[in-house]
Amino acid sequence: MTSSVSIKNLSLDFGAVSVLKTLNLDIEDGEFLVLLGSSGCGKSTLLNCIAGLLEPTAGQIFIKGRNVTWEEPKDRGIGMVFQSYALYPQMTVEKNLSFGLKIAGMDRSEIERRVARAAGILQIEPLLKRKPAELSGGQRQRVAIGRALVRDVDVFLFDEPLSNLDAKLRAELRVELKRLHQSLKNTMIYVTHDQIEALTLADRIAIMKNGVIQQLDAPDVIYNAPRNLFVAGFIGSPSMNFLKGTLVADPGGIAFETNGARFSLAGYRTPATLDAGRPVLLGLRPEHIRVNEEGGAVSHEAIVDIEEPMGADNLLWLKHAGHTLSVRVNGARRFSPGTAVRLSFDMAMASLFDAASEERL
Amino acid sequence: MADTLRIEGAVTPEGPHGRKPRRALSRRNIMIYGVLLLAAFYYILPLYVMVVTSLKGMPEIRLGNIFSPPVEITFEPWVKAWSEACTGLNCDGLSRGFWNSVLITVPSVLISIAVASINGYALANWRFKGSDVFFTILIVGAFIPYQVMLYPMVIILRELGIYGTLAGLIVVHTVFGMPILTLLFRNYFTSLPEELFKAARVDGAGFWGIYLHIMLPMAVPIMVVAMILQVTGIWNDFLFGVVFTRPDYYPMTVQLNNIVNSVQGVKEYNVNMAATILTGAVPLAVYFFSGRYFVRGIAAGAVKG
Repeated sequence: MTSSVSIKNLSLDFGAVSVLKTLNLDIEDGEFLVLLGSSGCGKSTLLNCIAGLLEPTAGQIFIKGRNVTWEEPKDRGIGMVFQSYALYPQMTVEKNLSFGLKIAGMDRSEIERRVARAAGILQIEPLLKRKPAELSGGQRQRVAIGRALVRDVDVFLFDEPLSNLDAKLRAELRVELKRLHQSLKNTMIYVTHDQIEALTLADRIAIMKNGVIQQLDAPDVIYNAPRNLFVAGFIGSPSMNFLKGTLVADPGGIAFETNGARFSLAGYRTPATLDAGRPVLLGLRPEHIRVNEEGGAVSHEAIVDIEEPMGADNLLWLKHAGHTLSVRVNGARRFSPGTAVRLSFDMAMASLFDAASEERL
Repeated sequence: MADTLRIEGAVTPEGPHGRKPRRALSRRNIMIYGVLLLAAFYYILPLYVMVVTSLKGMPEIRLGNIFSPPVEITFEPWVKAWSEACTGLNCDGLSRGFWNSVLITVPSVLISIAVASINGYALANWRFKGSDVFFTILIVGAFIPYQVMLYPMVIILRELGIYGTLAGLIVVHTVFGMPILTLLFRNYFTSLPEELFKAARVDGAGFWGIYLHIMLPMAVPIMVVAMILQVTGIWNDFLFGVVFTRPDYYPMTVQLNNIVNSVQGVKEYNVNMAATILTGAVPLAVYFFSGRYFVRGIAAGAVKG
């Protein structure tokens, strides 16, 4: 696989504020890469730099092996879709789609062919003669995608394209985007703050914080083996449970102890050596804690505090050894508050972080 | 709960229901309409006196009753004001001033709006080095009294060789309209979503392409506002007209002043009133026909400040 977009030592400062800090990123041909982070982390800034709408302070950007750092957006071989759709309000859908091609001086038959193809792929043929004001949010976003499609580009850039849509439509368009990527096989770079979008769409996710990429991995790796405390806390809803404690020596090898509760780490795989006495944080996802079930390496008593039925799932908030644990169980299993339950933990799925560096052990 | 929840047999519920009744002559309505009527009366009264006086003959005016309607309606004062009243050497009334004003206003309005909209667009979307400083200087310019700049302007026009010509006056109007119009257009373009501009850049449009194809079609409401501001401002201008042109090119306002303030002969109040109404007719018509757009434009510009 060749690299489609390559970012080398990219920095961007706004005055004294440094938004992107010597960032490196290689995106493979045909890859769907999601830039994920909370607002202000620099993800949209990075996308704008790739598009050529912002000038980096230092560093280089390559698209298809060509250094485009100083090129105009139109010459970079990119198409972009914006959060607010950014359709030209005075033009019909057809004119919106063909505007860029007309500017480029393309001949009319080729423009018509491309507009027809994009309209066909996105199923917006009946809308071609309408103005953007006469379209619904989902239709507008389809047209915005179409505007990138007609450019016949190597790289698609999406800047939170689904954020302005309601939940139902967002889920529908998410599937459509995935289908689009599967059929077109273009490189796509997608900015979002929605972790569900990131997990469902991405081949790889780059999680950003303060202008630095925290982890760049496939969604399942990000979810199951977060590299540091920030990534672990950012991904997953409800959030991962974090228990503060220390490593202690145990007959069965090494164990984690917090407020008198002891968890054997026999099932936890790590290249690092775990020394007794080290202050650490144990991270447990809500679905990796089992309630009143046989098996599991470790077993503890807990009291049900709050029950949140969510349909398919039932979310329990449990009191355990001075901590509150969130646990996800099947929606059919109900527990009334105050009930004592027995917990077992799947330590192979747990995450262990150094308390000082907050890095994964 | 159970006995108040009646589902069967749709009976009208007791107690208040439907739209809340409002009295036409409530204390609040009397206050509002009273104040509005008073204000309307205050503004309409001088206009009434002007119209009535302009339709009277001089003997009737000499009776001194300015509020009484004309006994014999005559349009002679209007004809005289338009085409016969004397100012200095010429005796062709306001008509000469009217056409001068048209020749001054039309190009001034078009040029100043064209330049200011490009200025505003550049300042809003193409942030160049020092654009903020440039903008600040422009705004400061709006707060300096015109009178301070009169003499330097005269010298500049003289050096350019256009002092005393219509072209010179058009340049002056364009320059002095720049601060407020640029501010107007800059704020309007800033209020448009930035992503539109970005999308157009990705589509490959350049500075002029984006201006002509994207920004200009969206700027119609603010164009109307600018047009109203400029047409009324330039039409009503007296100072620049008298300072920067020769008598042949005097605009209508200066002509009006010369008719009204002519010292020889009897004061023809009816002619003066007719002349004044004629001079004010253009800005009045502009407001009358485009007031709707004016309000809409101001609102559109203000929503996203």
